[in-house]
Amino acid sequence: MSGAMRIAGKGRLVPARRVGFTFDGQAMQALCGDTLASALLANGVHLTGRSFKYHRPRGILSAGPEEPNALLDVSRGGNTHTPNVRAPVQEVFDGLVARSQNRWPSLTFDLGAINNFLSPLFPAGFYYKTFMWPKAAWTRFYEPVIRAAAGLGVAPKEPDPDRYANRYIHCDVLVIGAGLAGLLAAQAAAEAGADVILCDEQPAVGGALWHEIDTRIDGEEGFEWAQATAQALSGRDNVRVLTRTTAFSYQAQNMVALVERVSEHVAAPARDQPRERLWQVRAKQVIVATGAIERPMVFSGNDRPGVLLASAARTYLNHFGVAVGANVGVYTANDSAYAAAFDLADAGINILAIIDFRDEVNEGLRELAAQRGIDVLCGHCVTGTAGSLRISGMRARPRSGGPERKWKIDALITSSGWTPSVHLYSQSRGKVVWDAATQRFLPGPPVQDMVTIGACNGTDEAAALADEAMAAGKAAARLARAAHDGASSDTPSQSRPDLTVQTSRAGALLGAGSREVLKGGKAFVDFQNDVTAKDIELAVREGMRSIEHIKRFTTTGMATDQGKTSNLHGLAIAAEMLDRPIPEVGLTTFRHPYTPVSFGALVNHGRGPLFDPTRRTAMHLAHEQQGAEFEDVGQWKRPWYYPQAGEDMAAAVNRECRTVREVAGLFDASTLGKIEVVGPDAAKFLDLVYTNGWDKLSPGRCKYGIMLREDGFIFDDGVVGRIANDRFHVTTTTGGAPRVLHHMEDYLQTEYPDLRVWLTSTTDQWAVIAVQGPKARDIIAPFVEGIDISAEAMPHMSVREGQVCGVAARLFRVSFTGETGFEVNVPADYGKSVWDMLWTRARALGACCYGTETMHVLRAEKGYIIVGQDTDGTVTPGDAGLGWAVAKKKTDFVGIRGLKRPDLVADGRKQLVGLHSRDGRTVLEEGAQIVADPHQSVPMTMIGHVTSAYWSENCGGPIALALVENGRQRIGETLYVPMAEEVLAVEVTETVFFDRAGERING
Amino acid sequence: MVDGMTPAPRDGVINEHRFAIPGLDITPLPPAFRVSLRAGPDDVGALSQALDVGLPVAPKSSAIGKSGRQALWLGPDEWLIIDAEADPMIDLEKAKAVHSAVDISHRNVALAISGRRARATLEAGCPQDLAERAFPVAACSRTVLGKIEVVLLREGPERFRLECWRSFADYAWTFLSEAALAARP
Amino acid sequence: MLLIACPYCGEERPELEFRHAGEAHVARPDPIAEIDDAAFEAFFFLRDNPKGLIWERWRHVHGCGRFFNAVRDTVSDRFITTYKAGEVRREVVRDDEGGYQLKGEER
Repeated sequence: MSGAMRIAGKGRLVPARRVGFTFDGQAMQALCGDTLASALLANGVHLTGRSFKYHRPRGILSAGPEEPNALLDVSRGGNTHTPNVRAPVQEVFDGLVARSQNRWPSLTFDLGAINNFLSPLFPAGFYYKTFMWPKAAWTRFYEPVIRAAAGLGVAPKEPDPDRYANRYIHCDVLVIGAGLAGLLAAQAAAEAGADVILCDEQPAVGGALWHEIDTRIDGEEGFEWAQATAQALSGRDNVRVLTRTTAFSYQAQNMVALVERVSEHVAAPARDQPRERLWQVRAKQVIVATGAIERPMVFSGNDRPGVLLASAARTYLNHFGVAVGANVGVYTANDSAYAAAFDLADAGINILAIIDFRDEVNEGLRELAAQRGIDVLCGHCVTGTAGSLRISGMRARPRSGGPERKWKIDALITSSGWTPSVHLYSQSRGKVVWDAATQRFLPGPPVQDMVTIGACNGTDEAAALADEAMAAGKAAARLARAAHDGASSDTPSQSRPDLTVQTSRAGALLGAGSREVLKGGKAFVDFQNDVTAKDIELAVREGMRSIEHIKRFTTTGMATDQGKTSNLHGLAIAAEMLDRPIPEVGLTTFRHPYTPVSFGALVNHGRGPLFDPTRRTAMHLAHEQQGAEFEDVGQWKRPWYYPQAGEDMAAAVNRECRTVREVAGLFDASTLGKIEVVGPDAAKFLDLVYTNGWDKLSPGRCKYGIMLREDGFIFDDGVVGRIANDRFHVTTTTGGAPRVLHHMEDYLQTEYPDLRVWLTSTTDQWAVIAVQGPKARDIIAPFVEGIDISAEAMPHMSVREGQVCGVAARLFRVSFTGETGFEVNVPADYGKSVWDMLWTRARALGACCYGTETMHVLRAEKGYIIVGQDTDGTVTPGDAGLGWAVAKKKTDFVGIRGLKRPDLVADGRKQLVGLHSRDGRTVLEEGAQIVADPHQSVPMTMIGHVTSAYWSENCGGPIALALVENGRQRIGETLYVPMAEEVLAVEVTETVFFDRAGERING
Repeated sequence: MVDGMTPAPRDGVINEHRFAIPGLDITPLPPAFRVSLRAGPDDVGALSQALDVGLPVAPKSSAIGKSGRQALWLGPDEWLIIDAEADPMIDLEKAKAVHSAVDISHRNVALAISGRRARATLEAGCPQDLAERAFPVAACSRTVLGKIEVVLLREGPERFRLECWRSFADYAWTFLSEAALAARP
Repeated sequence: MLLIACPYCGEERPELEFRHAGEAHVARPDPIAEIDDAAFEAFFFLRDNPKGLIWERWRHVHGCGRFFNAVRDTVSDRFITTYKAGEVRREVVRDDEGGYQLKGEER
């Protein structure tokens, strides 16, 4: 037997298909198709955990995703586990390991339960008041202790080993919810020719038909009809039926996110099988058929294990064949609980009494109860329950007062009515409307291309529901097809199936919080956050008037279940206290996601190597072969330095710096952004986006250009070569390539659309090998064809097209080191082999490969700036000492007006200067602040900061660049850099530290 | 160049990669000549003549010339010309019409994605509607795949050509081979 | 994720292909070098942040590459219309149902 509470002959599971699982180490049997909740109940287990704040014993409340209590930690027995899994949602598989949470040392004996007796200390909002003194103790003591005592599961520490998938998909009609309404709507839409996606969060379609065995459709039991209908739909080309798939987020323009639990229910998922799949659906029309959620009654002791929703008891019986108890009490303000009571009674379970909060109940129900020998006590209320780890009794008396009666029970099922699931409608930005007649919030007019149908729309009567669903499906198909065909066609009308339904889901918002009922004991409203009716009252007494304030003060509805079973009770109690109508107190907004969603599903493929693209240059393998250490520069991997045996970074960089200046070095410059600017107006366009003039630059020559934003600050810089009259080869900083192209496109398309010029990114087209140093020419000479590379024929800042290593190349004579330098541009697929050929010769001549660190040192020795390091978005060309690169005669360029702004021409701007450490050995810290007087009181007046600082092997000491107020006037002055340990004295110098005459570059 | 020295050989970035599972093949395509062609509407005729393939003017469409040369509409003044055999730059040099032609043969890398699961695999990262109704055979578009930009061309009901920049080819490959495993047609 | 109608591609495309590009119809003064500080402030620094209709620029950066203009309701995120760069500002009026209509195309 798969559990003592399993009733032979009841339910839809196959008794022979057994699976084994454990709960807190105890081995148990379940049937294939059981949820963790049904399996535990079958084994007589109601107690599943301890509550959030008071550590009260809690059990299973519901049979669906609204479950607030039964949150368990689930694993497959390995290292990883998932906390806070809702027991009615998790399907049992063979080998599942479930653990209860928030208890120590054990579920039945939990020391934290002392909180229950200390509860007067923890009223609503206690953390705002109780632990205010001494102030420092909050962060050091109170908060850590409270955090450790409260809370639910424990997050796993290991990386998530599972795979998650994503799918973008478009459809004509998305139907959310596959109950009777959703199925009929999907069928109608599909028959009208629409592409349909039908999703449902349960493992099988049917919705309320899971428990409503009294519904018959076309002569079949409702649940069977639902399965057959879904199967027929799945067989169509134009329909996709997704079960175990929750629509959790309804966004703008009918974008709905679904999460599919792909292998959560599988004992041994295939290695490649994702755990979950995110579906990002863009639907032309959405039909929301999300049903309704039953509410429990609020009364003292309503949270004991064994107190369940009436419909849940019905589901456990009718679908899973499990009795929630042997002696069951019923407390209701609603007709639907009677159906549950009758089903249980008919299955041989003893129903002790139906306590009905209402003064009247219809004769039919009374009669049906009488036939079964069930006592019905109208106008009564439950005043309390007994039991600790499981309910053992209930007390009730007439609402108007009178003697109390007691019953011994082992389960109590309750219902105070049904809350339409308006969550997704609300997420779609629709405004819910209070329906006074039925005491519930219903969807108002749609604000997107969507419609709500069925129970979530307040449509209770079966025939009306069916008509509404079929009409909605047909209309959605017509509207969607009109959107892509431009025409609509009439489709044959579908006939409504023959329906018989007994269960009524109408119900009033009664019994929520009649105060006379709630005296003494804890009557819980929000089970997950341990909020009682008294807490809501307290909030009102303390002056909260809007539900938004009450919610934040009490945290009602703020747990992971977002108050699916509790929001309306909280609202009703507050409204009663305030003596105002419910809609005036307000309903809080429903937030995404509808139910908790794993980060894995949201991130899906974007993990590990797919978190962010890693870009490698064409020569990457060569760098690896040469033992380079790599540095991340944006998405690029760049060689940082090339350590030889026994070298640390400093030694390698010092050697590389020395070798480049003494012999030569090879450097991979491929990551520099490259943009080809082509067209008859190319020079005119560059005149507008750069500060300097391009008209007079002859083909074959290069120029350093600075690009400003309109406010006059440096945006990017780089060397531009003129390949032909109408063709320029622009380079940008490594990180700046996309934004520079975007900036240039912006001006070209929107400010100067008449210019005949086009921009093409060529960053990835060219592999770029910088050969720098006195022997640079020697190194490349044997490989160059068709270009005279002599100093006279090809001076500094020139460009030629020819062949290098037999490959069509653009050869630049440029230098970012101050040495004689060439940059060999070859088509990327040749990059590695050209590098290898050049390196073979370079090595023979005593040259080295050098990385970004050496590149940084060498350029700093020459005072060349790096945009983004020595500039920060508030630096003008003048500040950076590059005023010479701003054309004086041009009448327009981007930034021309910004440069004239008062602050940009005022005295006292920070200017780029060099710094020389007075002690001759200390390398300053980049970002360190600079002061004029180290003895002034704190806070000191800071007059600048260090932007670049290195050990310069070639200068034999530390060098630094800094932005300093009026820096150029201070050359020769001593300033101070206060550090944690000491104050460093520095002398302000020119920005050029090496070869001030600049002769080497022309060698 | 020194006499007798062999010219530098050509490498690829993912040309050795292979991926095949039931219902899906991902294959790196051999090198090809590619040109980014830009021109105004008045010069489309002359340039079509020079290239011997009619430059498409409808968004999201492509054309193929007699020699197999392909022209993909990427924007109102932008085409991607692909030719496995002959360099379109040479033909464009002769064209008198004002235009910009930039050789991007090495900038892009191409993959073929084919099979029953091709669309589902691409839809793991591409937010466009790739149903045949919305993206028929010969449709092409610049779009995104996961976190990179790609150009997609539908060559058959179950066959796509994907072009991306060389340094993103690794990402594209890893993304597609990862997504393929979870792709549900 | 929004769905944005690109006026150059002639269809709606997912937001992932686009990049927002600031307020629309901010004309760069000509000659800009001659304007006074107040005019520069108005041109460069001052932007609207309305609740309701906003005229803004988008670029179909991972599509056709074009910049274009859009009118969007910042409350509902609904695009009223999109149109090509350089076209005159499209005027919009409220209709009886509280929605928006292009001026001249009212029902």
